[in-house]
Amino acid sequence: MKRKLLEGVKIADFCWVWVGPMTTKTLADQGAQVLRIESKTRPGVWRVSPPFKDNVVGFNRGGVFNAINTGKMSVTVNLSHPRGVELAKRFVAWADVVTENFAGGTMERMGLGYEELRKVKPDIIMLSAAMMGQTGPHANMPGFGAHLTAISGFTHVAGWPDQEPADLAHYTDFIAPRYNALAILAALDYRRRTGKGQYLDMAQLEGCMNFMGPLLLDYTVNNRVPGRMGNSHPAAAPHGAYRCLGRERWCVMAVFTDDEWRRFCGVIGNPAWAADSRFATLLGRKENEEELDRLVEEWTVDRTPEQVMAEMQAAGVAAGVVQNARDLFDCDPQLKHREFYPEIEHPEMGKYFTVAPPYKLSKAPYELRRAPLMGEHNEYAFKEILGMSDDEIAELVVEGVVE
Amino acid sequence: MVPERWERMAETAEGMLGPYRVLDLTDEKGILCGKLLGDLGADVIKVERPGGDATRNIGPFYHDEPDPERSLLWFALNTSKRGITLDIETADGQALFRRLVKTADFVIESFPPGYLDGLGLGYAELEKVNPGIVLVSITPFGQTGPHKDYKSPEIVAWAMSGFMSGRGGADRAPVRVSHHSQTYLHAGVEGAVGAMLALYDRWTTGEGQHVDVSIQDSAARGTVPVGWALSRGSAPENLAQAGTAGLRTRYLWSCKDGYILFFYATGGQGRRVSRPLVEWMEEEGMSDEFLSGIDWATFDLRQSNQETVDRMTATTEKFFMSHTKAELFEGAVKRRILLYPVSTARDNLESPQLAARKFWREVEHPELGMSITYPGPFATASGTPLRLSRRAPLIGEHNGEVYGKELGLSSEELLTLKQSGVI
Repeated sequence: MKRKLLEGVKIADFCWVWVGPMTTKTLADQGAQVLRIESKTRPGVWRVSPPFKDNVVGFNRGGVFNAINTGKMSVTVNLSHPRGVELAKRFVAWADVVTENFAGGTMERMGLGYEELRKVKPDIIMLSAAMMGQTGPHANMPGFGAHLTAISGFTHVAGWPDQEPADLAHYTDFIAPRYNALAILAALDYRRRTGKGQYLDMAQLEGCMNFMGPLLLDYTVNNRVPGRMGNSHPAAAPHGAYRCLGRERWCVMAVFTDDEWRRFCGVIGNPAWAADSRFATLLGRKENEEELDRLVEEWTVDRTPEQVMAEMQAAGVAAGVVQNARDLFDCDPQLKHREFYPEIEHPEMGKYFTVAPPYKLSKAPYELRRAPLMGEHNEYAFKEILGMSDDEIAELVVEGVVE
Repeated sequence: MVPERWERMAETAEGMLGPYRVLDLTDEKGILCGKLLGDLGADVIKVERPGGDATRNIGPFYHDEPDPERSLLWFALNTSKRGITLDIETADGQALFRRLVKTADFVIESFPPGYLDGLGLGYAELEKVNPGIVLVSITPFGQTGPHKDYKSPEIVAWAMSGFMSGRGGADRAPVRVSHHSQTYLHAGVEGAVGAMLALYDRWTTGEGQHVDVSIQDSAARGTVPVGWALSRGSAPENLAQAGTAGLRTRYLWSCKDGYILFFYATGGQGRRVSRPLVEWMEEEGMSDEFLSGIDWATFDLRQSNQETVDRMTATTEKFFMSHTKAELFEGAVKRRILLYPVSTARDNLESPQLAARKFWREVEHPELGMSITYPGPFATASGTPLRLSRRAPLIGEHNGEVYGKELGLSSEELLTLKQSGVI
């Protein structure tokens, strides 16, 4: 049996939607015991949202749910019932870490705030990942990734200077989970050394600000508000996305140095226009960038993006296919090499796939295990973790505390 | 069976990662990693080639002075780090590096795969020097594989990650997030996560290991939902299309002084967030019969038709155009509408939320004779507050401290090393 890196780390997981579950997936995939505290009467978004296997609705048939909740356990507890909250606290007593990503203040209102949980387990590490944090005038504003992407500033700097901003969808959903996992792991190390837990108030908005750092300093230092630049880059030309053969097929290319420009011209067959003195220097190419892009596209438009990428990269010029879902899953040989989309067996899904960790540890291979069925671990959790008898459990079921 | 040095850690250190030392050899591709570990309290030493890292040439610049000590990108992504210079391609440089590795916990780097191995400084060699060392390598596609040597500036990484597909609108090329690299930052955080996992493992095994981080993998983690659906044949290939059943709905709206993000929701969501907006419009006499008549509990936007959607859009558009971003967001907060401004850097600096959280930090820049306002650390930790402990290092700023005081090199030796280009 493979050694599990985070064996012995126990997490009472109240997370829902995307950011929370992706955080605990990171830890579950390395062997942590993550106990999802769920509810059939108030199921999480991805338990009830498509795509469903064979388009049949079911708590255990959600493609996204199963992909982002690999390796976790599930208990069903009604947290609106006061005894449900008591039960939740008993799981916290078992746990090393508590995770949640409700709007600010929610856990506190349920009687599960950090101060309460510290009474139950003094060295508990609690992570709250609300959009705006637990304090401040906007703390309990609800919102999703698309909203956060807008308010954190990414939307404003994506797109073309002469148009409204581009749609980045829920981009920030892919930033926060990384920070959350980092904070938990660092806190676990601190606790190992000192015996002390703590409260991690992770405002997703604040984590995003680090990704905007240089632009924020441009404002605080230079009083300048950075705008949209399309695909242009101050130190490269050609630099952009170019239309290729096929419907909505594009390839990006980037030429930074004189050497790369020579190689680029070689790949495109050293046409007469490329020898024009206007394009001989970087400054010249920048000045005539629109025309340059037009000429480059006359070459790419007859080739597939895969051809462009292969020829350019072979010659030492940066180029890449603008990959859609099919490219990523079916075609990308590097992602196959990294085993990035492993398939797992599941009683109701059959085979389904998830996404692997983006790092490989040389001495600690990970193992991806399927997501839990709703309430699958009730018996294990109540009997083994909490040491309850069958009668006690039956009583809780009757009362509607355990679903 | 852990080294004595680790056991001395318990009480003395400040910060979550106080006892640990990081040698940061990354360029732009991994530069955020060391900052995060530094903000968490680790002793991070940025190791640059003599004359300074090429990353220092990336703008924007302080007062637009294109100088390696004035790069705002360098400032932003190298807080909490000290800095030394070292040419690890020289024999003297390698000897010094090995000495530093002896007392370090992490080496983070973003050289092309095989580069460190070629210098005799790959993981197998470093492990001999210090069995507990964790080597974190951040590269565009990982250490092995068909694309491992592909060049990957940001636009290539963005394109190959899936993030770029469909972004830019129907009649324009797909587009990236402007200015500095986003994908490199994602990988930087994942590098720090990988480092922490290896640290955890070291307590169990007593050994370090090699952490192989791929920028493409890091960025591509968002493709799960559509990909799953695709494998069952029920999703569009275009990653940006979702949820609107082919109807052209609006999510981005112009307002008086910019843009806001809002989309009409249906079902329970709709009742909560769409109706309050319509009520507000009614208060200002800007709603219409159709909007005011919608039963949000049962109305499903996706089952309606383009004409209906367009009508709703037209009425709502007028309302938004009559207000500023700030007014609309204030109303959203008060009435709990899921409406958010498309913020600029200025908006963020003026955010009452970030101000209340004391998020902005003043960092001293003695070399400029002033302090600069920086975004704060990524987490608020009750027991061990994260800090921007210092500004980014100047070129070779801590050569004296590290080589002289710590490694005991004499001033003559330092002179020799400096003049020969080793440091």
